[in-house]
Amino acid sequence: MTAEVLNQTSQAERERQHKLKDRILCCTVAGCLSAGAEAVRTALQEEVQAQGRSSEIEVCGTGCMGLCCRGPLVRSSAADVVYAEVKPQDARALVNGDQSHFEERVIRPDHPFYAGQRRIILANSGKADPELVVDYLAMGGYQSLLRAATEMVPEEIIAEVKKSGLRGRGGAGYPTGLKWELVARHPSPVRYVICNADEGDPGAFMNRSVLEGDPHRVLEGMAIAGRAVGAQQGYIYARGESPLAIARVKTAIEQARREGLLGGRVFDSTFHFQIDVRIGAGAYVCGEETALIASIEGKRGQPVPRPPYPPESGLWGRPTLINNVETFANIPTIIEKGGDWFASIGAKASPGTKVFALAGRVMRTGLVEVPIGTPLRTILFDLGGGVPAGYEFKAAQTGGPAGGCIPAEYLDLPMDYDSLTRIGTMMGSGGLIVMDTSSCMVDVARFFMEFCMDESCGKCIPCRAGTVQMHDILARMTRGEGHESDFAMLEALSGLLKETSLCGLGLAAPNPVLSTLRHFRNEYDAHVRDRRCPAGSCRIPVATEASA
Amino acid sequence: MSDDRDKLLERAIARHQSSGDALIEILHVAQQLYGYLSRPLLKTIARRLKLPPSRVLGVATFYHLFRFSPPKAHSAVVCMGTACYVAGGTELMAALHGRCGANPDKWTMEAGRCLGSCGLAPVVICDGVALSRVTPAQLEAVIEETHDGRSS
Repeated sequence: MTAEVLNQTSQAERERQHKLKDRILCCTVAGCLSAGAEAVRTALQEEVQAQGRSSEIEVCGTGCMGLCCRGPLVRSSAADVVYAEVKPQDARALVNGDQSHFEERVIRPDHPFYAGQRRIILANSGKADPELVVDYLAMGGYQSLLRAATEMVPEEIIAEVKKSGLRGRGGAGYPTGLKWELVARHPSPVRYVICNADEGDPGAFMNRSVLEGDPHRVLEGMAIAGRAVGAQQGYIYARGESPLAIARVKTAIEQARREGLLGGRVFDSTFHFQIDVRIGAGAYVCGEETALIASIEGKRGQPVPRPPYPPESGLWGRPTLINNVETFANIPTIIEKGGDWFASIGAKASPGTKVFALAGRVMRTGLVEVPIGTPLRTILFDLGGGVPAGYEFKAAQTGGPAGGCIPAEYLDLPMDYDSLTRIGTMMGSGGLIVMDTSSCMVDVARFFMEFCMDESCGKCIPCRAGTVQMHDILARMTRGEGHESDFAMLEALSGLLKETSLCGLGLAAPNPVLSTLRHFRNEYDAHVRDRRCPAGSCRIPVATEASA
Repeated sequence: MSDDRDKLLERAIARHQSSGDALIEILHVAQQLYGYLSRPLLKTIARRLKLPPSRVLGVATFYHLFRFSPPKAHSAVVCMGTACYVAGGTELMAALHGRCGANPDKWTMEAGRCLGSCGLAPVVICDGVALSRVTPAQLEAVIEETHDGRSS
């Protein structure tokens, strides 16, 4: 594809869509699909056919519109509203634009859930069909790659990314521009780009939704990275548990190849870039970059000591750039609108937006994208609608099994990398799980430790044995069999794991325990001293008169 | 039938030029074709990729998604991601075991990794169909009516 063809194609598609009376977009991402979105889409298509309006109304799929708890969601572009909990029998009213039929199921853009959001990564979700490359082009897609491949030299691209202040969205928050520079400066003739899509944190579904809802955005970001660091081959390492995301990405790669957006001589330049998908097979540790590399090489996903870091020696010993899905998804917009524009959004030390997966004990669950630095209270109460009636907010868990919890006293804390680290948790990849008074924090700590214990790859002893020991203690506590001496042991083991484990999994495994100990010591005390679970969720046998 | 599967596996191996790097890809294909990874199958893969059988078994058993026994007639996976756990995954697991535990030959019962449908927690995948915001009673009813949970 040439620049001219790209512009013509996207312009023609924009005009075609503009002429339609309505474009009805059904969410076709995992959450809504399991709520029955496919049947709704079929019913809508049949209704349009039956009314003989196929030429003026188009029904297609789209990415995640966020409010997963009220799926299936369907958006009408003409009316600019989202209909919630749509059933096949609503098809006629929806096609006819009869909003009164839906009553409180009509969600307008000024709904509190949407009003507080700022969408960059999810900009196309609800507007474009992830399975049609031409839809992405109509939204201005691949224009940034065109610029990067034909008008910019690699140094300029890296300078723009550095200027944006973008930090890695996988959790650690390493400055993306610096990482790119490290890879670009390496003298090796062969370099690789890897997209880490092994989103394994329980309660996190941001990356998967981005891949399912806007795969071309990630491909474009990777290709720009390839151009910047001088790589010709990219890999997407996706979770085997997300077959839909894999299928969508594979379709997108195929389309991009066919259109000449990937492959040899992109936009008639000298730039070549291929992307292949590698499928993980269910190992959480493979989110760690050296384990991920081992897995792509067809080996057990076991980490190796760093340094050397992947920018120096990564895939097959070559310099390798590894970024998260969301990091790559930001790149096309940064190239389009400039690093300065991006740096003006969000917090000063961590610009941009962050996608959070809001789940747990909160009224509105789903996917939200907010400027970094938005207070937790805004996310949970304005967007999320607060906790269910009759309960009180207790804590929000971020960072999955490697993170920690944010108690009520920090509700006004800005959600940025540094503030979260200061109170003993982390941004992580964006899972945000809300706990209320019905959740026991000791049991939550046990739950995460069980996860780490199961997922420990077994290579280094502190992690392999330490997680088992820590889990034993926590499990005993939740059964009401804890001892006062367990606290010292938990702290000693935590220190040991944090200091001596080989990779991030073991290093971070004690975090949920330390964080809950720090903020909810009273709950631990209740379990150990009073043999009682304040939340009432642990099954502690009631002490008899004799034993008490 | 089995010839077809052998051919398809052979084609996948050829596509990767019999490279050992493609081991995990090949294991995925093999499991898709045969339903599970039997010992003879693993040996064939080792021979074709010129890898020691120990390496193939080591890699295959490292990852959760590979199975080494034939799939059973029915399967139920209770999501045990954080959101589903907080929403009552443990009770669902207990209900599942209560209803199907007597039928271990027919039912694969698993606590699953996060399925990413956290907005609809708790989630159970029953024979490939996702049940969202499911209660233990609803789960029992589904097992009973469509999957013959009690009879042998």
